[in-house]
Amino acid sequence: MTAKLELRGVTKEFVVRPSKDQPAARVLRALDDITLDVPDGEFLTLVGPSGSGKTTLLDILGGLTRPTSGRVRVDGTEVTGPGLDRGIVFQQYALFPWRTALGNVAFGLEQQGVGRRVRQGRARDVLALVGLEGFEDRYPHELSGGMKQRVAIARSLAYQPGILLMDEPFAALDAQTREQLQDELLRIWRTTGTTVVFITHGIEEAVYLGQRVAVLSSRPGRLKSLVSIDLGDRLGSGDLRSDPQFVHYRHLVWTELHDELQRAQRAGDRKILPDGTERAA
Amino acid sequence: MSTVTVDHTEDVDAARRTSGTPTTADARPRTSAVDRTARSAGRVVRRSTAVGLFLLLWELGPEHLLDAQRRVFLPPLHEVLQAWWGLVENGQLQEHLQASLTRSAIGFGLAVLAGVVTGLFVAWYRGLRELLTPLLELFRNTAALALLPVFTLLLGIGETSKISIVAYASFFPVLLNTIAGVRTVDPLLLRAARSLGLSNLQLFQKVVLPSAVPTIFTGVRMAGTASILVLIAAEMVGAKAGLGYLIINAQSSFQIPDMYAGILTVSVFGLLVNTVLVRLERHFSRWRGLADGH
Repeated sequence: MTAKLELRGVTKEFVVRPSKDQPAARVLRALDDITLDVPDGEFLTLVGPSGSGKTTLLDILGGLTRPTSGRVRVDGTEVTGPGLDRGIVFQQYALFPWRTALGNVAFGLEQQGVGRRVRQGRARDVLALVGLEGFEDRYPHELSGGMKQRVAIARSLAYQPGILLMDEPFAALDAQTREQLQDELLRIWRTTGTTVVFITHGIEEAVYLGQRVAVLSSRPGRLKSLVSIDLGDRLGSGDLRSDPQFVHYRHLVWTELHDELQRAQRAGDRKILPDGTERAA
Repeated sequence: MSTVTVDHTEDVDAARRTSGTPTTADARPRTSAVDRTARSAGRVVRRSTAVGLFLLLWELGPEHLLDAQRRVFLPPLHEVLQAWWGLVENGQLQEHLQASLTRSAIGFGLAVLAGVVTGLFVAWYRGLRELLTPLLELFRNTAALALLPVFTLLLGIGETSKISIVAYASFFPVLLNTIAGVRTVDPLLLRAARSLGLSNLQLFQKVVLPSAVPTIFTGVRMAGTASILVLIAAEMVGAKAGLGYLIINAQSSFQIPDMYAGILTVSVFGLLVNTVLVRLERHFSRWRGLADGH
């Protein structure tokens, strides 16, 4: 099987700006030699303690930053910048507040140069796919958090990217809405056949959604292990989360992650911002 | 909008229920037509009470509270309204109003155009911003009217100098708000747009500009107020037409009711301009969800 997404020795270093307590500028390694293949149509989840470079990795996959060394390929072509072959869903929705739900979803299509008629039709279809039929003319401030995130997912799906990159998309939602959207996402993933790379810090979420779970180590982020999850057809069973198999996988990932979490805590959980400044995570 | 989710209910369904139909954004409880009329009538009464009392004081105060010598300088309201109607009938008021309107419209229009364009450039190019900010601060903090003599000396007492000073005074609110609007664009939106492969120009056109529009319009409204203020003052100093000239000329020729008629016109004119600009501002900010409440 050819890989949809290939990562080869991806490493990212930041130059941390000098600050009061750290007068000398220093180089900080956020990601260290990550090599990973994601086959076409796979749902891969990525867990790691905070500060393990999850978001940095997503930025690299999205083409928003370049790795210091190593390379990323999509369909065999090296990623050199952002593109409509990948769609990013952010934790904070990032909807354009001056556009209606429909206008937001049509944004990427405008970028593709799709005609107005077709654009509106497809945006409507995708909004219906995420369960927002009848909300086309709402502005983001009129929607709840869960609905906003649905619009954001629809916006990324509309231009039919081969890969959907999701950066803790459900972290800001309440537990009930989150579980709902997890099921919706699985349904959408089955319907569209899109490859999904889903970043989360929730072990349960990672196991529930992923066909494989990639565990990152604490800083510098290395690929610690890859756990294949075989839970059959998730949508069929009732309460999957209390299934012994699920509990088994959850524990497996938890064990992998546990000492990393402790190490991350000792390291003091600092987050590096894109401009090279640090703040407590 | 409340998002109370009941067990096993989709948040979407809950939202649909709380807001009635899916197409209207209005989620306020329905009230009967009679109720609403009574409430809005009550609001009109509350809002006009103070103005009504003031006008009443103006009408009766001069008669009963002022001595005869001062009464001449503050004629009761009805005399002022009579004088105002007289000015309308002989066409003087229209002439002065038109002169003022033309000057403020041209000056204000130029200022908005120049302010927005300059603001966009200054906000977008960091080097330019660092170069110009101190100078702009200096100019902004110099009261426009302090420069009136300079404008008069350099540009004469004709239309050019008046339009120029109006444009100058209106320029800064527009400029500074444009800069602020562009500078405060949510970086996350920029990231999201960039991930969709937008070029810098597209980013500017599709994200930065629309996001800055409400702030820019706040500047435009402030500029509207400033333009009238400065124009009236400029017309008082040296002019042959305009509302400012009408006021100062009536004063010096001792036609006190005419003077008050001019002042009244200025305040109504200012009120109208401000109302229109506030409406516009609200229209362009409605996506922020703050449209009602004022």
